[in-house]
Amino acid sequence: MAKNRIAYFGVFTALALIFSYVETLIPVSFGIQGVKLGLANLIIVIALYKMRLKEVYLLSVTRILLSGFLFGNYFSILYSLAGGLLSLTVMAILKKREGYTVIGISAAGGVFHNVGQLLVAMAVVESFAISGYLPVLLIAGLLTGLLIGILAGQMLKRLTNIRF
Amino acid sequence: MNVDVKSRLKKLMNKDIILILIILTVAFLAYFLHEILGGGSVGSVTVKVNGVIEGRYSLSEDQEIEINGGTNHLQIRNGKADMTEAACPDKLCVDQKAVSRRGESIICLPNKVIVEVEGGGEREYDAVTN
Repeated sequence: MAKNRIAYFGVFTALALIFSYVETLIPVSFGIQGVKLGLANLIIVIALYKMRLKEVYLLSVTRILLSGFLFGNYFSILYSLAGGLLSLTVMAILKKREGYTVIGISAAGGVFHNVGQLLVAMAVVESFAISGYLPVLLIAGLLTGLLIGILAGQMLKRLTNIRF
Repeated sequence: MNVDVKSRLKKLMNKDIILILIILTVAFLAYFLHEILGGGSVGSVTVKVNGVIEGRYSLSEDQEIEINGGTNHLQIRNGKADMTEAACPDKLCVDQKAVSRRGESIICLPNKVIVEVEGGGEREYDAVTN
């Protein structure tokens, strides 16, 4: 049982890492700086439904550190950690409450991912001036989150026999 | 199939839609708040002649400024500073567009006059890394 979980954890980490890599291959085509689809979050959302919360946090941090060292830099790790952890926390809270589907949870996750990153950006630049960026990031997070949520919903439907 | 779609749609309607609406509302509120606050916090222009600061003028009030004893004439109107007259042959500074954002400047080389915007309006970023 425990061995099984470790194996699944490894598979999920590898998947999240690959998705991070695939993400870097997609040119930013949303017309706005810093807006990404957040493919790796697809894995995180699925893990949220399939794994223990503690393990999802571990997965998220592992994914961010690995992809940060491989494809990013010190700052991108900082931004991703803030965004990823805030996003995951919000998603976990919503999931505990009744009535939200994976689409809504993922949308909230996408939004708070961007909010977390903006907070770090504010701390780094030491200015509130970039708060003008907030509406754009909220809408972008909402749209990408919804898209990831729809994808995750479809995948979860096909993964019903896997549970650990 | 139809029933399945309907029931799933209904499920989605419940809290997800409310959540999405809240996010949209916050986004629009943030946008309008920023528009309102951004309009109020205009900066100022610093006028330098030969590297020495001659004066600092707020962009919030309309005014006419004589620079360097009258070689250049700066006009501030609607939160923007524009060089309207210059006693030099090429008039490049007069041709420059009005400035209002932080870091923007009008430079008149023959008279060694620099008009630079400080504070206020959001800077246009060269690049954002992530």
